[in-house]
Amino acid sequence: MLRGIAVLLTCQLVGEAIVAATGVTVPGPVIGMLLLFTWLQVRRVDITAGASGDPGLAGGTLRAADVLLRHMQLLFVPPAVGIVAYLGTLRADALPVSVALVGSWALGLAVVALLAALFDRARVEAAGPVGPAAGEGA
Amino acid sequence: MSDLLDWARTSPVPMVLLTLVGYLLGCRLRDATGGHPLAQPVVVAVLVVAPVTALLDVDYRAYLDRVSLLSFWLGPATVALAVPLHRQAHRLRGFVMPMLGIVAVGAAVSVTSGVLLVRALGGSDVLQRTMAPKATTTPVSLALSESLGGIPALSAALTILVGILGAIAGPALLTLLRVRDRRARGLAIGSVSHGIGTARVLHEDEVEGAFAGLGMGLTALLTSLLMPALAWLLFTRL
Repeated sequence: MLRGIAVLLTCQLVGEAIVAATGVTVPGPVIGMLLLFTWLQVRRVDITAGASGDPGLAGGTLRAADVLLRHMQLLFVPPAVGIVAYLGTLRADALPVSVALVGSWALGLAVVALLAALFDRARVEAAGPVGPAAGEGA
Repeated sequence: MSDLLDWARTSPVPMVLLTLVGYLLGCRLRDATGGHPLAQPVVVAVLVVAPVTALLDVDYRAYLDRVSLLSFWLGPATVALAVPLHRQAHRLRGFVMPMLGIVAVGAAVSVTSGVLLVRALGGSDVLQRTMAPKATTTPVSLALSESLGGIPALSAALTILVGILGAIAGPALLTLLRVRDRRARGLAIGSVSHGIGTARVLHEDEVEGAFAGLGMGLTALLTSLLMPALAWLLFTRL
């Protein structure tokens, strides 16, 4: 578990270092996520390593990640409390802000979901008549 | 008595405990309602924390400082999103390149529609720039708002709001649109409602959660890359 946390922090550290060195406007942890994914894939880490009590680095990483992700919403409480502090400043612009927020959110959601679903359907059809199980695993 | 009150205002213990209790109440409410979409633990926690900090006269900046212990873990948790993605990596095959294109289109739609809707309803130039990066995860939203000439702290608040909106209403809207593919659902939620939307779907389904984390990461990446061109188009051409 502690080793797993060390792995997560190492990925974040390298991510932050890359951001600082290149000046890209992507947060260090997002780069760290891509680094960890690459590491897990290259090492072909067993996806059940966390549950099977694997004492190594890989098992620890999976366990630490699962603990953090199970309560991810807790970590958003501090930034979310800030909304209350800003609601007052929004009052004058309530209409444009609320309509743009909800409208553009719904539009973005629909565009991504429908395009992804469309692509998936096209691919399943292109693959020919396969069983649902084969489609799932492909 | 006033010593005790001073301690309550300056020590991290009461604020961290308050946040934790609010969150746990939220979890109980979610479980008691069978996972009702409105019963998001983060929302319940805010409703518990905000009045108590107001009562104790602890302003937001001070509160944020006391609970930095909790906020710290948001970074490692974001890195940890690689794990569900690793577990679902076999579902990525043949989907990577189209997904990049789809998320890029989604990012452009989010930014453009946000700016144009604010403009159409008479919002100021600064407000349009503040709205532009709201679909990205909070640190990106802050940075992009700054470079665009928006109000970064307000962008962060809008970002959190759109995240909460996604956690509450995202899955229902997708069901209404008849999108059943769990990869498409996850990708879409992560693309418009970043970590907060991801946190909800991750709790309900690992495939959706994994793709939501990916959608969030790619949206952060692609919005940052596309923003200079979009800003030029939206603020000098249109």
